[in-house]
Amino acid sequence: MPSLSRIDELRRLLADLRGPALWQQLDQLAEHRALRELVEQQFPHLSRAPAMDRRGFLRFAAAAIGGTGLSACSGPPPERIVPQQRLPETTVPGKPVFYASTLTQAGSGIGVLVETHGNRPTKIEGNPGHPSSLGATGIHAQAAIMDLWDPDRSPMILRGGTEVGAWNGVLAEFAKIRQAGGDGLRLMTPSIASPTLRAQIETLLDELPGARWHRHDAVDLSAAAEGARIAFGQALQPQYRLDRAELIALFDADLLAQGPGHLRHARDFAKRREPPQMNRLYVAEPSPTPSGSLADHRLPIGGERVAELVRLLAAKLGIGDTGAALDPTAERWIAVLAEDLRAAGPAALVAAGPAQPPSVHALVWAINHRLGAVGHTLQFIAAPRQGEPYATLLSDMEDGKVETLLMLDVNPAYDAPQSARFAEALQRIPRSVHSGLYTDETARLSHWHIPLAHALECWSDAEAHDGSASLQQPMIAPLYGARPAHEILAALLGDPRPQARDIVQAHWRQRLGDAGFDTRWHDSLRQGLIEGTAAATLRPALRELDLQWPPPLPGPVLEIRPDPTLWDGRQANNAWLQELPKPIALNTWGNLAWVGARLAQQYDIENGDVLRLSTNGASIEIAALVLPGQAQDSLTVHLGHGRRAAGRIASDVGVDVAALRPADGAWRSGPLTIEKTGERRILARVQTQDGMEGREPVRRATLAEYRQHDGALVEDETPQHSFYDANPPQTREPGKPAWGMSVDLNACLGCMNCTIACQSENNIPTVGREQVDLGRAMHWIRVDRYFEGPAETPEILSQPVPCMHCEHAPCELVCPVGATVHDDEGLNVQVYNRCVGTRFCGNNCPYSVRRFNFLQYADRDTESLRGGRNPDVTVRSRGVMEKCSFCIQRISAARIQAENEGREIGDGEVVTACQSACPTQAITFGNIADKDSAVSKKKASPRNYDLLAELNTRPRTSYLARLRNPNPALETNGEDQA
Amino acid sequence: MNGEGWLAAGTTPGDVDARIARPALAPRFGAGWRIGLSVSLLGVLVLMLTVSVLLTVGVGIWGITRPAYWGFAIANYVWWIGIGMGGTFISTALYLLRQPWRNSLSRYAETMTVFAVCVSGIFPILHLGRPWFFYWLFPYPDTMNVWPQWRSALFWDFCAILAYLLVSVLFWYVSMLPDLATLRDRAAGRMRRVVYGFLALGWQGEAREWQRLEALTRIIAALGVPLVFSVHSMVALDLSEGLLAGWHTTIFPPFFVAGALFSGFAMALVIGVPLRKRFRLEALITERHLDRLAILLLTGGLVVAYCYAAEIFMAYYSMDEYELAVTRFRFTGLYAPVYWAAIVCNVLAIQPLWWARVRRSPRWLFWIGLSVVFGMWCERIMLVLSSEYRPFLPAAWGRFMPTVWDWAMLAGSIGLFMTMLLLFVRWFPVVSMHETRQLAHESAQGSREAQA
Repeated sequence: MPSLSRIDELRRLLADLRGPALWQQLDQLAEHRALRELVEQQFPHLSRAPAMDRRGFLRFAAAAIGGTGLSACSGPPPERIVPQQRLPETTVPGKPVFYASTLTQAGSGIGVLVETHGNRPTKIEGNPGHPSSLGATGIHAQAAIMDLWDPDRSPMILRGGTEVGAWNGVLAEFAKIRQAGGDGLRLMTPSIASPTLRAQIETLLDELPGARWHRHDAVDLSAAAEGARIAFGQALQPQYRLDRAELIALFDADLLAQGPGHLRHARDFAKRREPPQMNRLYVAEPSPTPSGSLADHRLPIGGERVAELVRLLAAKLGIGDTGAALDPTAERWIAVLAEDLRAAGPAALVAAGPAQPPSVHALVWAINHRLGAVGHTLQFIAAPRQGEPYATLLSDMEDGKVETLLMLDVNPAYDAPQSARFAEALQRIPRSVHSGLYTDETARLSHWHIPLAHALECWSDAEAHDGSASLQQPMIAPLYGARPAHEILAALLGDPRPQARDIVQAHWRQRLGDAGFDTRWHDSLRQGLIEGTAAATLRPALRELDLQWPPPLPGPVLEIRPDPTLWDGRQANNAWLQELPKPIALNTWGNLAWVGARLAQQYDIENGDVLRLSTNGASIEIAALVLPGQAQDSLTVHLGHGRRAAGRIASDVGVDVAALRPADGAWRSGPLTIEKTGERRILARVQTQDGMEGREPVRRATLAEYRQHDGALVEDETPQHSFYDANPPQTREPGKPAWGMSVDLNACLGCMNCTIACQSENNIPTVGREQVDLGRAMHWIRVDRYFEGPAETPEILSQPVPCMHCEHAPCELVCPVGATVHDDEGLNVQVYNRCVGTRFCGNNCPYSVRRFNFLQYADRDTESLRGGRNPDVTVRSRGVMEKCSFCIQRISAARIQAENEGREIGDGEVVTACQSACPTQAITFGNIADKDSAVSKKKASPRNYDLLAELNTRPRTSYLARLRNPNPALETNGEDQA
Repeated sequence: MNGEGWLAAGTTPGDVDARIARPALAPRFGAGWRIGLSVSLLGVLVLMLTVSVLLTVGVGIWGITRPAYWGFAIANYVWWIGIGMGGTFISTALYLLRQPWRNSLSRYAETMTVFAVCVSGIFPILHLGRPWFFYWLFPYPDTMNVWPQWRSALFWDFCAILAYLLVSVLFWYVSMLPDLATLRDRAAGRMRRVVYGFLALGWQGEAREWQRLEALTRIIAALGVPLVFSVHSMVALDLSEGLLAGWHTTIFPPFFVAGALFSGFAMALVIGVPLRKRFRLEALITERHLDRLAILLLTGGLVVAYCYAAEIFMAYYSMDEYELAVTRFRFTGLYAPVYWAAIVCNVLAIQPLWWARVRRSPRWLFWIGLSVVFGMWCERIMLVLSSEYRPFLPAAWGRFMPTVWDWAMLAGSIGLFMTMLLLFVRWFPVVSMHETRQLAHESAQGSREAQA
């Protein structure tokens, strides 16, 4: 062999050499022709590799390091997705692309625009064309970004709770189910807003006749529809037309901040509340809610007593008889309300909340009917068919009638009433399959767990509160190989390679017809709404009511409510939601027992005292918050906390109150025993002072005063005399826009949408429970809330406080390194990389809007969280100050666009994150140098005032005073005087 | 200069040297010193640990929060630098005023100043969110052409501390040169001779050298005196430049200077009395010296008390709602115990000083001094926090509660100060030998003249 001969040749060359000479010879040998030939023959790829010089090496190293990043991102989904209409279809690097899609919360879809940067969803905006959104977003929609990128999401198919499983294994199980004809198969889902998914389930029930479908909502919103079943003989979904209502009475109903259509309700309500014409709102509720905070007359009353209140009202209007006697304040309140309602007639609207039983709803529908409001302020649409009640499922499971349980997007082992009983029954079922975003409590007890795709990762559709359907399109391929519910169901029916888009498209092709379908499909994707799908309003006939009124629970009653931010706990692992202050109460990270002032006095309860609450033989221990405005005969606790298997964020935060829930999932239980354990816990509230201390940061007036005023309603306390030019040249640059903001306190619900929208837009870190309790929460726009008046029936005032961007900014004066300065458009800007952290600016800000990174709050290490950040905003390091920037990145984007097109920035072109999220449009932003801009017009209102004007800071953010439109009959000798 | 009667009768220049130099040159020192040093070093260890944690984790380990962004670090800084002021006043202002009695006190008072300023200087730097960029406060030629923000009091404060530290160290060291030479000449071992000789910078005691020393001392003293007033006025502006009710007052600069001198004199007594006893310096630091110091202390205390009263008066005179509220919070709020402790320790505790017997009693003076040092710390805490914790908007009201790291930093700073002081008294002359010699000389001359 030639190679051998070459080796021999080489050997000969080295044969007689010893010591140093041998080593020298080796070097020469390396260059020897024979060796080169040998190497070339044996290792061809080595011999051809070019010599790597230093630069070459660095180039390759850089490419290799850069390349590692590539594999970390998911690409776009394989199917073609369509950008929203007004933006170019091509992606410009560095420019965000917005896609219209839909997010579902509480069984109802909200149209959104998803901002994506390089296929990474980073921000949710409302879709102005969608009836449930009109451009606004709720807190759950905003938090979807954090859910999507949550590193704790379920990463793989699991078998037996711990073992890694494969999709093929799931398919094999599904095949077995099919072979059995679905006998013993139970499907468990929440209320489904997706018409396609509902149709798939109907198909499944047809094809597998043995199967049954159960509905499980931890927060059951079906009472209104069930009430309609009593009143009208069919389950109907109410449509509250607050845009037509002059007079609104809400009974334990937070129409403006919770439930289907709440964003729309809030918008319609605020539109009717712009002086000089204002609607009037009566609210009777156990705990203060955003709706209650805007009430002209608010009656704190236990949820258990609301039925009596409604019965009294009905009786006053000539329907049915009264219940048990109420206290004189409530009697008078109802009497005045009845008068007012009668006078308003069809322009009135009465509504009850989901916490009230169907009988109350039925009576409420009858009242509206009597007032002539049905068809005007109250409309009905057909309620889609949902699954059978959950209760039958549990008993069937226990009786061994269930062979296979398929749980889609539910977590009953945690959130079902009597979840412990369910968990036990679940373990006895021969075959259980769970699909959800997390390996949660239920997943760990199931035989199979399939990661469910997030709404931003998969195709689907959803119906809005008025029945209009819109499509959900994926922005990104599933991060963890998760599956959409559509594909799981299709696989169950035997489709080997199901594709969610094909399933959704097929459904709509069937519904809309083949003709012109492609155009309609694309239009629907662009607009985020399928035209013409709004449900027809019905004109149901009222039946004779024969309502049963069980005796009310005695004594203090426990109200069990969905958490205002976490809802039923499915989003509990979302740090934004955990740290978002609950509206009105302003506690974060965990749930508290809200106690009224009088009850607190009776049991000697102070803030932070741990209470042992017992009812029906079960008890929990939970810390108390004495909350002004809480009804005296009830305590309120919230669901969604005390998760046992939720991930790093949520596990062991708060207390699981499920044990105290009645078996039927009702929203209250009693009689309640209250004991103090003697232990104390921190509350992690973002505001600890309840009252205004005579300082009046929130200015108030009544509608009557507003109508009588002459000139400004609120006195301008800005000092008028100065040694210096009143407007120093640096604060208003001629020819430049002067950015300013106006916040209408008459429209502010205190719903916190602005706070979380800002958090998402500006990469604001969360800090955790202890840090919040110390006062170190980082939200750039906080919502201050003041209680004024008696603790039992206070006036509740909310005030969003972003940076004021003072023209005479006290912060700028004191910074020794010039890290906070004014720009030529009047913005007070913070230069993070110049900040050394003296914190003098924080002390010197009279509005206390500056936030300091006391520790390294931003998570720099978790890879997936980087994907959800806004690339246009710096992630701040420890030791620097930060604050509201008026969304300077959005101003920059608008300026660049305007300059490219050779024009000025138009009014309304810059929309701040808080402004766009606000459901009542309380926030207006724009150029105050332009007298015709929307913000200038707002600031010209007689209600306009500056916060702490007497300090002469000349803030660019100003407020519009809050107005009330009270009924004089209640104002003179009603409960407000008590 | 007439130094008559300021030393015990019959004290000769030779006695002075022997008495002062002997301890510094002694081969051993007492067990008490070793124990004291051990405890102080423990404090230094605590400080090192705290600083390590602080630099690794962040200033969030302290109790500072929104709205009380400043806490112990600033209060401690103001307190320490105030203590330094008293020393500078004794060594420079009284020097220029030709007060011969200061000669016995100046060395240890000046030492106290230098160490207190060193200790105070670590606080504003570590107080920063990003302490590694502290030099950005300094106007150096940056390639980005970025300069400090000249309107901020913090920048000028930074300059003031720096100037003050330089001048204090210079004055302290220069005036120590002849004494270091004396130690060099008297030292027994070669090692000590070399070290002292090195530190003495070749001082020979020529007339030329004495003349230059005198000129230099006078120049530095002249620089030092305005610094006494400017540095603490600048510190006061750190607060009064702010908008906060309770901070935003014009009385702050003189108020702070008075408070600084007050706490400095108190610390001079707290250190001086034990020193005098341990080193048997009764002949050099006589009861008359103590009496003078006590009178200074009382004067300072009365000015401070006046300022307290003026603050309250101005709040009610202005009827500004925020000023009134802060005054109320001081009386009854969360930090009321601190306020009343300051009043008791700074105003009431000094009243016995009206009696000459108290002023001449080392024991009384030590305890009164200690009370004032503590009281002034409370006052700094009170001034910083009572305005901060309840700002203009009630929704932003909060609280500052010190954490273990806040206390560790304070204890560590005291440990560092004590360590430096104990090391100094072991190896260096605690009383200025050449100045006291001069006093003894004048005294002897005076008595000779009287005899003649």
